[in-house]
Amino acid sequence: MTLDLSLLPDGGMPWITASGPHADIVLSSRVRLARNVAGFPFSPRARDAERLEVLDRVREAAGHSSLLAHAVLLRVDELTASERRLLHERHLVSKELAELDTPTARRGSAVLVGDEAALMVNEEDHLRLQVFRSGFDISGAWERASRLERELGDRLPLAYHEEFGFLTSCPTNVGTGLRASVLVHLPGLVLTQEIGKVLTGLQQMGLTYRGLYGEGSDVVGNFFQISNQTTLGRTEDELCDHLARVVAHVISRESEARRVLSRDAGYIIEDKLWRAYGTLRHARNLGADEAMNLLSGVRLAVGMYLIGGLSVYTLNKLLVFSQLAHLSLAEGRPLTEIEANLARARYVRGVLAEEAGGA
Amino acid sequence: MLCDQCKERDAMVHLTQIVGAEVTQLHLCEKCAAAKGIETTVAMPKHPLGDFLYAVQQPAPPAVGDQARCAHCQTSLRDFRASGRLGCAHCYTAFEGALRELLRRVHGAARHRGREYTASVMTPAPETGGTTELESLRVRLQRAVAAEEFEVAAALRDQIRALE
Repeated sequence: MTLDLSLLPDGGMPWITASGPHADIVLSSRVRLARNVAGFPFSPRARDAERLEVLDRVREAAGHSSLLAHAVLLRVDELTASERRLLHERHLVSKELAELDTPTARRGSAVLVGDEAALMVNEEDHLRLQVFRSGFDISGAWERASRLERELGDRLPLAYHEEFGFLTSCPTNVGTGLRASVLVHLPGLVLTQEIGKVLTGLQQMGLTYRGLYGEGSDVVGNFFQISNQTTLGRTEDELCDHLARVVAHVISRESEARRVLSRDAGYIIEDKLWRAYGTLRHARNLGADEAMNLLSGVRLAVGMYLIGGLSVYTLNKLLVFSQLAHLSLAEGRPLTEIEANLARARYVRGVLAEEAGGA
Repeated sequence: MLCDQCKERDAMVHLTQIVGAEVTQLHLCEKCAAAKGIETTVAMPKHPLGDFLYAVQQPAPPAVGDQARCAHCQTSLRDFRASGRLGCAHCYTAFEGALRELLRRVHGAARHRGREYTASVMTPAPETGGTTELESLRVRLQRAVAAEEFEVAAALRDQIRALE
C-alpha cells in the first residue's frame, strides 16, 4: 500500500487553517475518547484474527456514522516506517500506533480519517476517536466527538462497567475515556520566566502538560500540550469545562506577558524576533529543534504584529512540513539527518520567500 | 464427592437451587445430571445460567494476590503491574478490589460519573444489544451471589432467562 495523502480531507489536519479562536496562541483543540468493543480482548492482548475482526466491525459501524461515512481508511499495518512517521507528524496516529521503531506495525492497526474526525483502530484500545479543531474550541471538539461516539456505540457493543464506566486497556483512561487537550504556544510566559509558576499551577488543578507530540515528547519551540490528567469521577462536561476555564486563564496570562515584553523590552524583543526570521529566510542548514525554536520566535513576532504579511496558517504548515518524514516525502527518498537539515533550510526559505513576495 | 443421586460416580455438577428464600445444593455426576436435563457444561459456561452455577460453586475469591488471573484472558495481576495494562474487559471484574484502590489513588475517585451506556438505548441491533445487557446482568448476578443476596440473584436470573 502506498500512502496517498492527497486523498485526505485537509491533509487530515483540519486544525492547520488557523481559522479558530485565538489561533495565534492556540494551534489546536482536541478531544479524544478511548473505547473498546465488548467481547474482544484489548488490542495488545488480542490475536491477529481478533484485531482484524474488530477492524471489520469498526469499519462497518463507521460507514453508518455522519462524521466518518466518507472517511479514508489507512491500514497502518501495511505502511512502511517512514509512511507511519508521516501520519504521526500530522498527529493522525499516536506514537503507540505508529510503532516508529519497528519494521511493521501491529496487525489490524488502522486509522480512519474524515473531514472533522479521525479514528485510530487497534491502538492500545480498540477505538481512539479524535476530533481536532482549529484554535481554542474544546466545546466544538467535544460536541463532535460525542456525536461520533453515540453513532458508533449504536452499532458496536462497547465495553462498559456500571461502576467503572467505559473500560480501557490502561486504567488511567477508564471512566469517560476522555482526554481533552489544547496545544498552546507560550513564548511570552517563557521569556518573562512566568512559565514555571503557570505549569505548577496546572498540575495543582488536575491538569498536565506535555510537548508538541503528546506523551513522552519533549517541549520544543515553547509549544505545550495541556490536558486533563484524570478521566474518572467527573462528567465529560466537567472535564472539558475545567480545562477550558484554565486554558482561557493561561491565554490571558500569555497575552499579558506579551504586553509586558513589548512595554519593557520592546526593541530587544523586536531585534531577537527579526533575527529569528532572518535566520529562517537565509540559513542553509537547519536542525529540527533549531527550526522549531526559530519558528516559535517568528510566530510570536506575527502575534505581536511585528512582522506582517505572514499568516499563522503558513506557520502551522511550516511546523508540520519541515519535519523529517515530510521532507523525505517531498524529496522522494528517505533522507539522512544531514540531508534533512539541508532540505529543511531549502524548504523554509522557499515558503518564506514566497510569502514575502506576495506581501 | 459422590453423586447425590447414584452414589457411585464422582459428582461433577454442583447445582444450587433457589426456591423463594431457600437455597439447596445438589451434587451430581454428569450422567445423572444429564438424566435430569441439567446442562453439564459447567467447566466452560456458554450461557448465563452456566455462569451463575459456575459462580455459585466457586469458592469465595481469595484475597487478590499477584498470582490472581483473569479467567477470560489469563492476564495476572503481576502482568498488569509490570505492563500497566489490563488484558480485557473482564480483568476489571477479576481484579475489582485491587483496581478500586488503584483508581482512587490515580483519579481521586473510583466511580464513573460520566455518560452512561445502556446497550438497549444505544444498541438497537438485538443481537449485540442483548449481549451487552446480558453481560451487565451477569456481572450483577455474580455480585449478588458473592454477597449471598439470593433473592436478588433469583430475580436477576429470571431477567437473564427472559432475555435469552
